[in-house]
Amino acid sequence: MGSESAVTAVTHVLPYLVAAYVFLVGCYGLATSRNLIHAVGCLAVCQSATYVLLLAVGYRDGGTAPVFSDIRPGSRPVVDPVVQALTLTDVVVGATVTALLLALTVQIAKRHGTVDPDELRELRG
Amino acid sequence: MHRLLPLLPAVPLLGAGLLVAGGRHLPRPVAEAFGCLAAATTAALAIVLLPHSSPALVEWVGGWFPKGGESVGIVLIGDGPSLGMAALVSLLTLAALAYSWHYFDEPPRGHAGTFPALILLFQGGMCGFAVAGDLFNAFVFFELMSAVAYALTGYRIDEAKAVQGALSFALVNSLGAYFMLMGIALLYARTGELAMAKIAEGLNAAAGHHGPDALTLTAFVLVLTGLLVKSAAVPFQFWLPDAHAVAPTPVCMLLSGVMVELGVYGVWRVYGTVFSGPGGLPAADVTRTLVVLGVLTGAVGAVMCWYQRHIKRLLAFSTIAHTGLFLIAVGVLKAEADDGAALYILGHAGVKAALFACAGILLDRYGTVDEFSLHGRARHLRGVGATFAVAGLALAGLPPFGTGLGKAVSEEAVGAPLTVVYVAASALTGAAVLRVAARVFLGFGPRPEEREGEEREEDKTSGADEEPETRQRLVRVPRTMGTVPAVLLAAALAVGVVPGFAGLVGHAVDEAGTWGVFSSVHWTATGVLLDLLSTLLAVGLALVAVTRPGLLSAPEWALPLRRLQSGHVGDYVAWLLVGTTLLGALALPAVLR
Repeated sequence: MGSESAVTAVTHVLPYLVAAYVFLVGCYGLATSRNLIHAVGCLAVCQSATYVLLLAVGYRDGGTAPVFSDIRPGSRPVVDPVVQALTLTDVVVGATVTALLLALTVQIAKRHGTVDPDELRELRG
Repeated sequence: MHRLLPLLPAVPLLGAGLLVAGGRHLPRPVAEAFGCLAAATTAALAIVLLPHSSPALVEWVGGWFPKGGESVGIVLIGDGPSLGMAALVSLLTLAALAYSWHYFDEPPRGHAGTFPALILLFQGGMCGFAVAGDLFNAFVFFELMSAVAYALTGYRIDEAKAVQGALSFALVNSLGAYFMLMGIALLYARTGELAMAKIAEGLNAAAGHHGPDALTLTAFVLVLTGLLVKSAAVPFQFWLPDAHAVAPTPVCMLLSGVMVELGVYGVWRVYGTVFSGPGGLPAADVTRTLVVLGVLTGAVGAVMCWYQRHIKRLLAFSTIAHTGLFLIAVGVLKAEADDGAALYILGHAGVKAALFACAGILLDRYGTVDEFSLHGRARHLRGVGATFAVAGLALAGLPPFGTGLGKAVSEEAVGAPLTVVYVAASALTGAAVLRVAARVFLGFGPRPEEREGEEREEDKTSGADEEPETRQRLVRVPRTMGTVPAVLLAAALAVGVVPGFAGLVGHAVDEAGTWGVFSSVHWTATGVLLDLLSTLLAVGLALVAVTRPGLLSAPEWALPLRRLQSGHVGDYVAWLLVGTTLLGALALPAVLR
């Protein structure tokens, strides 16, 4: 019984740990990036952590997808549809921001001839 | 009346959509007039709604009312501060559109609608953020205004510096927004609610008699990180000077005048509505966190402002200094300080937008915003020079400008030790602007020399070779560009002198606040004296700097501070993480009791 509850505790906490890890790893990548395309990718990694966290928050034990075309409302537990709507909105926001950032990166590559942040240091002081 | 609330973000968004769809077929004056019309309609709407905002207007969009105390709908709140911010956003948008009228050069030829459409989108995002009553929609509007701001900052895509500044801005601010979203997810996990007032109820119920736990603290720190990145508090501020130095002037007016302040407004709203209950954070810890950051921000912003020669960067750093002052006022958690911050933000918006507008005229007339190379060259621009100098005095807090009133009311509320920060920061930023005015418009003092052969890396961002934003260099100042800063400055003056206005603002802020008291807001003798003191200090410092440049030139101890502004986006992200840790450390005692 003890080991079983320990397993449940791990499976309950694990998604949150994964979200924190993915977020921090993305931040690390952003801070140490040597290539702006890589940096934009790292930002997308950080955002993926928010998807993991949101979906983990909405999970219910034994729950199924909140689609009521083939199940009767109330007949069995479903996962929280609100966080799924939030995640979907978040994905849309992320796609827009990533596209805009990559467009800016293309323009930087054209005007500066480099995408290495170490060489892009005109604005300082 | 509450049914009209969704129109505040909807009108500008719809206008932007129409301009994007039809802009290709429109002549430029029609597209710009339409943009002005949409901005003005929104402003009028916000102002019409303002007298009806007591009690606050609440609109559940699409009729998704709460059932049995639980809600999944989108809620918009129209109280005094939110409608006031929406009105400020809309009026400043109108000013920016009027300023760029016909003269602002637009890269995509044959599509006259692009620039006004982007400005309207920006306005829609900011209005939406101001009236959002639930955290997730606040995040969505936050991201909308951020994304449009990145696009507007890098609007002149053929300029190397513009796209670089826009990318730093975008990476740092987007990361900040994701921090905020993580915090919102944690709050939803704890309470199952997204509407701010509902989250507060949930937190109180969950905490019981124990007070906040680690999860509440983490959520507070994460949400605050996002908002403080937007409000450019130290150490989240690095993106701001880079973005402001390269953004087109009308965009700078909006960024500095109101977008950064919306971050402070967000801090006030989120703390007051979500975290001020027994399940939230204790007042002492919040005050410690915000006041420490505010003092740091005020000091760093003012010192960095003084050592700039790039005029737009100088103004950007002065915005950072003033944001620090707003944060202190919000952080002391007193009704009177909130009133002071609101008045200060109103006055500052007019003054700072006027200053950027004048800097833009210099850029378009001379192709440079470098204080050194402009020395004495703008002597004949008397009107612009007078506006710039008076705005500098107003920035230092000259009574009876709105900035002076806001500063005086805040100083009275925050107490004597913090008043020193107010006087010092406003005097130093005002002095920097007056120094520029004396050199550029009057040609006072010896011509500042480049350091021969030993020009430091930090001095290279001078603004000497900038492209004018007009199609060709201006020969004379167009009437619109000259009038807009004067009108903005007059508005900042009106905030301080129109009888009863300050009282109305104070009453509206107190009513929406959580302190349950109403303070009377008016000029006091001490306030006027302190304002005069900081103005005199500013004038004195500027005079010394102009006549004896050696005395106040950049000392060695300021160099490390300037080197931190390294222009490297990786450094800025690292500082953001340091800042989040600092926030956590400052607020940590909340859960240790």
